[in-house]
Amino acid sequence: MSGATSRTRQAAPISAPILGRPAADDEATIAAEAARQVRRRRLLVGLSRAAVLAFVLVGWQLFTQWKIVDPFFFGQPTGIVSRMRDWVVDGTAYGTLWSQIWVTMKEALLGFFFGVSAGIVLGVLLGQVRFIADVLGPFIKIINAVPRIVLGSIFVVWLGFGTTSKVLLAAVLVFFVVFFNAFQGVREVDPVLVANVRILGASRWQVVRHVVLPSALTWIIASLHVAFGFAIIGAIVGEFLGAQEGLGLVIATAQNNFDPDGVFAAMLIIAVVALTAESLISLLEHRLLAWRPPSHSEVGGA
Amino acid sequence: MSARASGTATAPPEPAGRRPEAGARIELSGVTKRFMTPAGTAFTALQDVSFEVEPGQFCAVVGPTGCGKSTTLTMVSGLDRPSAGTVRTGGRPVDGIAPGTGFMFQSEALLPWKTVLGNVALGPLLRGAGRRDAEDRARDWLRRVGLSGFEDHHPHQLSGGMRKRASLAAALINEPSILLMDEPFGALDVQTKAIMSNELLGLWEQTRPSVLFITHDLEEAIALADRVVVMTVGPGTVKAVYDIDLPRPRGAVQEIRFEPRFLEIHQEIWESLRDEVSRAYARTGSASTGTESDR
Repeated sequence: MSGATSRTRQAAPISAPILGRPAADDEATIAAEAARQVRRRRLLVGLSRAAVLAFVLVGWQLFTQWKIVDPFFFGQPTGIVSRMRDWVVDGTAYGTLWSQIWVTMKEALLGFFFGVSAGIVLGVLLGQVRFIADVLGPFIKIINAVPRIVLGSIFVVWLGFGTTSKVLLAAVLVFFVVFFNAFQGVREVDPVLVANVRILGASRWQVVRHVVLPSALTWIIASLHVAFGFAIIGAIVGEFLGAQEGLGLVIATAQNNFDPDGVFAAMLIIAVVALTAESLISLLEHRLLAWRPPSHSEVGGA
Repeated sequence: MSARASGTATAPPEPAGRRPEAGARIELSGVTKRFMTPAGTAFTALQDVSFEVEPGQFCAVVGPTGCGKSTTLTMVSGLDRPSAGTVRTGGRPVDGIAPGTGFMFQSEALLPWKTVLGNVALGPLLRGAGRRDAEDRARDWLRRVGLSGFEDHHPHQLSGGMRKRASLAAALINEPSILLMDEPFGALDVQTKAIMSNELLGLWEQTRPSVLFITHDLEEAIALADRVVVMTVGPGTVKAVYDIDLPRPRGAVQEIRFEPRFLEIHQEIWESLRDEVSRAYARTGSASTGTESDR
């Protein structure tokens, strides 16, 4: 509407010949040009990324090959690849590579599950009941200030070299991330929405189910990205501190054998696993939060 | 009475225990409300407020910002209790949220993660209706407010006026005998506000709940209401109560403003309201402690 008025206002007095030309032709060219620019930029970014990766890997390889840095300490890309091939073909010292990955993943996933569940339940509870929050608040802050990764040593002493100690460490690390977000999410719930469903006849539990949880879900899901990283850290560190199998043990063994290629290879595997999990969580996020208005970055075609 | 709703072909019969002739009397007598400030001092928002809304009457409350209008509504709704005095609805003292109450807030109060249909169906669902039944009634109400075809949209996909219609349907679907409205059209542009006011009157005339309508817009109050309560600024008290004798149905609210009788009434109430507005304005210049009470 405003476009039409402004065009007539401008077109009538002076520049009728220029603006009076059929617009469709011009707009098609402009759109094509814009699309071309977007494509070109995407290609440029992709090529630059590949160049950065190649620069780092080739530089690493050459520097170690020319003995400018010692491959004994820094490893070598080709060494990492061959170590990976060994693991895939012959297995690690503790069984096949896949079973090591599975053990670590199982610990991380179980720790993630328990940590997230406890974090949501306690976060929502404390967010809802002001009194409990006031009483327990300082204690939670104190526990949060403790370097919890050290708890791993105690858990190994308590629970032995099995899965349980790693699951517990991962769960403790995950818990605090999720807890604080759930708590904050509950506190941020719009009081008008709560008043509205109460007027409509909601019981306390229905208020939680229909308003508090969906509203806090945005916050909780945002914390899951970080939380899964912590779950993997918990599992790996737990295995590092004492285990009979798992990727953390593989890393610890490589370290003891002065085998940097082995450490890097295990790191790479963990990174791939973490990225896969991250994309699964993003998928979940899109599913659960589909109701949200599209953000500006999404509209921008990123 | 003309209370029996017309055009409720698909609406199920009224649930037992609620009278079909909607509209319950609202009585406030000597209502005082104090809040504790975070610093620990008491702040009086309402002081000895008494007035009545007859069954099926449309009552508007006008007053400057910070006079405790919204606090009055929360007392009537049962969301909060008075520090002294009593509120009665339908003859019974308000003790918690009563089933026959509807509330329309200044913001739409629609759940952004539910569709329009889900939002409107929430009322019957929370009152124990089955999902099918609740959704059928929600569809009927969406048709009545002119939102057929938008059932599956989310609130953020609607315009401001459409969101208002949806929340109006959500507030009316439980067929309340009392409808409380807290500046419901305050954030709308002038044209949309006029359209919504007309639709509100149309829907109200179908089911005739008693309405308590908060506004700071005197013209809106006179155009809509049978009774206008003028409140003084902090602590809020009732300054005067005016009965509006404009005939019903009133027709378009945009046009009634030019009737001579409307102008007379407006002149009379404005005389009373003007002092309060200027006093409230002078206060906000010096101290802004009272303004929070209106939220």
